[in-house]
Amino acid sequence: MSGSITAGVAPRAAVPTRGGAHPPWRILVAGLAWLALAGATLGLPEADDLPDTAAFGAAAAALGLLVLALAPLAGRLGALGPRLRHGSPWLIALALALLVWEVVTAKFAVLPMPFFPPPQAVVEVFHEDWPRLGASIVASLILLAGGYTIGAATGFALGVAIGASRSVGYWAHPVLRFVGPLPATAWLPLAFFVFPSSWSASTFLVALATGFPVTVLTWSGVAGVNRAYFDVARTLGASRRFLILRVAIPAALPHVFVGLFMGLGGSFAVLVVAEMLGVKAGLGWYLQWAQGWAAYANMYAALIVMALMCSSLITLLFRLRDRLLAWQKGLVQW
Amino acid sequence: MVAAVAASRERPAAQADGARLTIEAVSHAFSLRSAPLPVLDRVSLAVEPGGFVALLGPSGCGKSTLLRLVAGLEPPDQGAIAIDGDPVEGPDPSRLLVFQDPTLYPWRTVRANVALGLEARGVGRERAALADAALHRVGLDGFAEVYPHQLSGGMAQRVALARALVNAPRLLLLDEPLGKLDALTRLAMQAEILRLWQETRFTALLVTHDVEEALVLAERVIVLSDRPAAIRAELPVPVTYPRHRDDPAIVRLRREILGILGQQT
Repeated sequence: MSGSITAGVAPRAAVPTRGGAHPPWRILVAGLAWLALAGATLGLPEADDLPDTAAFGAAAAALGLLVLALAPLAGRLGALGPRLRHGSPWLIALALALLVWEVVTAKFAVLPMPFFPPPQAVVEVFHEDWPRLGASIVASLILLAGGYTIGAATGFALGVAIGASRSVGYWAHPVLRFVGPLPATAWLPLAFFVFPSSWSASTFLVALATGFPVTVLTWSGVAGVNRAYFDVARTLGASRRFLILRVAIPAALPHVFVGLFMGLGGSFAVLVVAEMLGVKAGLGWYLQWAQGWAAYANMYAALIVMALMCSSLITLLFRLRDRLLAWQKGLVQW
Repeated sequence: MVAAVAASRERPAAQADGARLTIEAVSHAFSLRSAPLPVLDRVSLAVEPGGFVALLGPSGCGKSTLLRLVAGLEPPDQGAIAIDGDPVEGPDPSRLLVFQDPTLYPWRTVRANVALGLEARGVGRERAALADAALHRVGLDGFAEVYPHQLSGGMAQRVALARALVNAPRLLLLDEPLGKLDALTRLAMQAEILRLWQETRFTALLVTHDVEEALVLAERVIVLSDRPAAIRAELPVPVTYPRHRDDPAIVRLRREILGILGQQT
C-alpha cells in the first residue's frame, strides 16, 4: 500500500516484527479519523432535526477510542494485530466517506434531504425496522434456496445426461439453444398466471435462471473430459456407470462450479425482480415498498443488507469449491 | 525361432503366467471425412506367454492403433486378435495399456489412482493394501497420499505402471511409455520395466520409435513400415539380460534396423 508508493517508507506489512515494536501510525490515524467523524457529527449544528445523531456520534467515538486503545497493543494481539494494521487504510477511508456523507446531508443539506438521508437515518432504519428487514431476508433466502437448489440439481443432472447420452443430447441440445438464452425474467408474466401461487412461480423463475448456466457448463465439462481418462478406465474394466460417476463427473466439476457461480449471480437478479413484481415479501419487495413510501433511508438499508447477503452467499460457494476442488490448487492459479 | 528366443532368456524356467497373443492378418483404417485412411496392412504376429516383443516404426505409422486394437478399445476392420486362442471382444483388465502420457486422474491421490482398476471391479477392503504394495514395487513408497501434480514425469509414469500392475495383467501393452521422459529418467525406467517383467512374467508388447530401447528390452523386435504399417522385418535379439548398449550384437542389430528404416545405407 503506502510502502509501495512512498519512497523511503518501509512496507510495514512485509516486516511485521519491526512494525510490532512501535505503535503503528496507520492504526492511530484510523482511530483519529473515527474520532473526527464523531466530533463533526456531535459538534456541528444540524440543518434538520434528526433523532439518532447522538447515538451515531457516540458509536463513531467508541469505535475511534477502541482503535486508538488497540494501536499500541497491535504487536501483542496475535492474529488480530496484523489484520488491524492491514485493514486500517480501509478504516480511514470509511470514516472519511461517512464524514463527507454526514456533512453534505445532515449538516449543510447540500444534497436534497428525502432522497439522500444522512448516515444516522440509515442506522435508525436498522435500529427500528429490523423485524421487517429480518423477515424480508428470511423470505428472500427461503425463496432463493428453494429455487437455486432445484435449478442447480436439475441443471447438473441434465448437463451430465446430455454429455453422457447421445439421444438425450439430440433432444435437449436444440431446446437449450432456442430457449436457454431467453432471460428468465421474460417468463415472469407467463409464470405468474401458470403457477398456482406467486411463490411457486418465483421459485420456478429462480430455478430457471440457475439451471441454464449450470446445465450448459456441466455439459461442456463432461463433453470436454480428456478421452484418455475414459480409455484408462475402460481398459481397467470400468462399467458405464463408473465412467460417468467416477471419471466424467469429477473431471467436469471445475466447469460445474463456474456454472454454479454464474447461476447464483443470475438467480439474485431474478429473485429481486420476482419479489418486486409478484411476491409480497423479501428484500426486493422491501425495496419497492420503501420507494412507495418515499422512505429512502429504508431503501439504502435494504441495499446494504442485500449486498451483504449476496456477497456472503458467493463467499460460501467459494468455500465449498475450495473444499471440493482442493486437488486443483496445484494446477490452477486462484 | 520362438524356442530359440526362450532359450536365450535368463529367467527362471518356471511356467510363465503371461498370455499368448496372436494377431492374424489385421488391417485397420481410420474413417475420415474424405476417404478411409489405412493405418494397418495385414499385420500378423504372435507373442509367446511371458515374451517381450517390441514394435518399432516411424512415428504415426499405426503402432499405437495396433495396441488399442489388442487392448480391445476398438475392433479391427479385418483380421483376428486372440488371447490364448480366445478372440478379443472388448477391454479387459487382464490386458492393460500403459500410455505415453501417464493420464493419472488429477483429483485422485496416487493411491486412489493406483486402486482405480480394483475399484472399477468392485474389490473392497484390501484395495488400499494392494495399491500400496504396487507402489512399493515401482519404488514409490510414501507417495500414496500425494496428488499427481506434485510428481515428476518419471514418477507419474511409475504410478501409471503401478496402476496397471496392481491388476496382475497377463499382457502389458506399453505405448511409448518413456517417450516424454528425459534421457536419464528414461534409462532408469527401462531398467525398471525390465525388472518388473522379469519378476512377474507377464507378456509384454512395447511400441517405441527408439531403436536402442527396443534392443535393450525386447526378446524380439518387429520393424514396421510407414503408414499403412506392415511388418518389414522380425529380428530376434539373442543377448542375455542385463544388456549393454555397446554390446557388439546390439550394435550390429541397431545398424541393421536403422538400415531397414532407411536411416543409413
